Amino acid sequence: MSKINFLKPDKSNLYTFLYLGSFLFFVSVLDVFLNSFFRLNITGFLPGLLSFLFPLIIGFIGLYFIRIEFSGIKKLDLLNKHINTNNFNALLSLFIIFIILKSIPPILSWFFIDASFAGDSKDVCTGTGACWTYIKVWIRRFMYGMYPNGEQWRINLSFIALALLGSVGYFATDRFKKYLTLYYVVIYPFIAFLFIFFFISGGPVFFDFSYGIIAAILSIIIGFFIPSKFKFYYFLIVPFALYILLKYFIFYEELIELGKLDGLNWVETGAWGGLSLTFIISFFCLIFCFPIGMAFALGRRSEFPLIRYISIGFIEFWRGVPLITVLFMSAVMFPMFLPADFFIDKLVRCIIAISLFEAAYVAEVIRGGLQALPRGQYEAAKSLGMGYWRMHIFVILPQALKLVIPGIANTFLALVKDTPLIFVVGLLEIVGMLNLAKTNPEWLGFAMEGYVFAAIIFWIICYAMSKYSYNLEQKYKTDR
Amino acid sequence: MNFKLKDIGPQLMTVVAVVLIFGFFTYNAQVNMENRGIDFGYGFLSQESSFDVQFSLIEYDGSHSYFRAYLVGLLNTILVSVIGIFLATILGVIVGIARLSPNYLINKFAAFYVEFFRNIPLLLQIFFWYFAALRALPLPQDAEPIFGISYLTIKGLFVPAFIWENFNIFLYSIIATIISIIVIRSHAKKVQENRGKQIPVLLISIGLIIILPLLSFLIGGVKLSFEVPVLKKLATTSYIYDGGVSLPPELIALALSLSLYTATFIAECVRAGIQGVGKGQKEAAASIGLTQNQVLKLVVMPQALRIIIPPTTNQYLNLTKNSSLAAAIAYPDLVLVFAGTALMQTGKAIEIVSITMFTYLSLSISISVFMNWYNNKIAIQEK
Repeated sequence: MSKINFLKPDKSNLYTFLYLGSFLFFVSVLDVFLNSFFRLNITGFLPGLLSFLFPLIIGFIGLYFIRIEFSGIKKLDLLNKHINTNNFNALLSLFIIFIILKSIPPILSWFFIDASFAGDSKDVCTGTGACWTYIKVWIRRFMYGMYPNGEQWRINLSFIALALLGSVGYFATDRFKKYLTLYYVVIYPFIAFLFIFFFISGGPVFFDFSYGIIAAILSIIIGFFIPSKFKFYYFLIVPFALYILLKYFIFYEELIELGKLDGLNWVETGAWGGLSLTFIISFFCLIFCFPIGMAFALGRRSEFPLIRYISIGFIEFWRGVPLITVLFMSAVMFPMFLPADFFIDKLVRCIIAISLFEAAYVAEVIRGGLQALPRGQYEAAKSLGMGYWRMHIFVILPQALKLVIPGIANTFLALVKDTPLIFVVGLLEIVGMLNLAKTNPEWLGFAMEGYVFAAIIFWIICYAMSKYSYNLEQKYKTDR
Repeated sequence: MNFKLKDIGPQLMTVVAVVLIFGFFTYNAQVNMENRGIDFGYGFLSQESSFDVQFSLIEYDGSHSYFRAYLVGLLNTILVSVIGIFLATILGVIVGIARLSPNYLINKFAAFYVEFFRNIPLLLQIFFWYFAALRALPLPQDAEPIFGISYLTIKGLFVPAFIWENFNIFLYSIIATIISIIVIRSHAKKVQENRGKQIPVLLISIGLIIILPLLSFLIGGVKLSFEVPVLKKLATTSYIYDGGVSLPPELIALALSLSLYTATFIAECVRAGIQGVGKGQKEAAASIGLTQNQVLKLVVMPQALRIIIPPTTNQYLNLTKNSSLAAAIAYPDLVLVFAGTALMQTGKAIEIVSITMFTYLSLSISISVFMNWYNNKIAIQEK
């Protein structure tokens, strides 16, 4: 055994340093652990500040001792490489370990141990922890807003139906795979629109809904007999044509009777709210902003100067103003621009405003993708004799959209995160409902629980979306 | 014939459509305003506003004009944006570098921060800080002093105010410092290019920054004193701090949430920028004998900045636009003061909303024009 120099840990005394260092490190972590979990202060005998800094100093010395390069012990080398490369890093690592140890007990106790879950009135919330009873009592308001309790099955049913219809893509066999794009781009939004505006809204307009369903089913059945060459145009036109035909020319009286299905009360959009409204708005804006944005992205790269300048003006205008002023505009200024007897629903105005706003961002993202494509792609397509539209639909856009999946996903995330802003026009989705519930005199003082609850929900939605976009990006990644 | 129908047709159609839509809107607006007896015009800007604003940087009360109210709102917006940008940049750069740290814990901690704060709507964060977190602060009479001079209470942050004498002389000394530093830098660059000799610019600059303002204190007769906030009794149970500068809780909540939220995006920009500099660049720089600091300063940073700056400016713009969410917690910014209170009082919806939008539009367009110019300046000049 060679001489030990404590200022320079080396390999010759590996185990001495290893045992000593890990002991000191262990003691420092144990000290903080006991302190935060059991309120024990094993270093209480030391004077004031030293007692406070003791774990840091001891831990630092411990980490210094075990910082031996190429020790030959795999785990030690890994540890050194990851958290213990130099003095500064060791200090930071200790800080983070201590912060985590220190913050676990209060968070745990607030969330679970001291929290109250039972009961249905404010009286049970006497502890220091969170009052989840508050969320439990208000959950229907947070989810459905002012939508009448008895009618909420309509929202549930619609969302379940739409989720099922949306998941069709996973079960489609190869034979039907080629229609999926068409299904998602044309038919699905159409059905969703009918569901939301006629089923959730209900009332005398409900009979329209049955027209829509019949039109969709009929057109799908006939669709099987259409030669595949015309299928795209067929599904673009026929469902709508059938719908209009059914509504205005055929079966008028009979279908009204059929579609009424007694008892679906009309619920005005002002009563919609909560998380379901977040979903509805995000869904529609997502559907509308994508084609509009694509059109303006193409317009901005058009070779016609007038179209280009109009597109630039549109994009820069919406990108330059905050969403809140756009919503203000839709609320107070837009009605002035319409004929006096023409009234557009508040929710619809909101959806239009947000769609136009997000469309400008989508346009910029898609333009990025279009610019990133090498010129050769355009030239190759042209040399095959393709026109502008064929070139873009079959060659340029599929590649460009593939490139911009992350950007599009970010825009959609921003859209979901922007929905709470509709409080400006008086629509209350989940954050708005929280603010309303917070001011209820029976439930004062539970702002924190409400915001944490909403934050968790939004975080899950947004995180899932960003992970999904990452998966999509990996799936469609093609090497060039 | 020089032009063909094929070229003119689509353009004509678009223009006609746009003109028709705008014409339709204008016509309806005219009819509607006539029906309701509203006249269009910006004359109201000089009228007396007769409403009060809680927090303003310039002197303002109800007897001032609407234009003054507009200025108050604009200045408040700029104030919160500048504070937010400052904090977000510092935090964002730190987190962005931490994301690249070889230290596993730091790396994961930074990643956690980014994933956590950027997946929660900004409005929710503002509400959280304002209605939940800041409401848990002590009342003014119970507040513990921070360093003995500042108080963080439920009614805001109270810090000492600076009281200057001969402030303009101090200002001149600062200007002189900046000019001399610029001169020395350019001189040092010339010397290095001509003779290959290095002048310690950083040391000289730090010296100048300390010495010149100090001289202004010693010789120029500049005096600085502090006005410490003092607890004052308003009513039997209501206290407030008097004197010093008070930052309202709305401003704190807004600046805090804006910077925490935007910092996550800036962090990602910084990370992407530094990762975007090729490994070969660093190795090449090291192989010609540059020191670690020189590699960072002369090779990595100039290239990384080129990638970092454009998206970061975008984030600054977003922050400025997001500061309009202030309206939700009653911080008197442009939207709340002008598009809220002033609009309610005058009913001039079109004028006021258009002024507000135009203000934001000109702010963002001027910043993006400046950024384009800067971007062109630092872009690689390909030969």
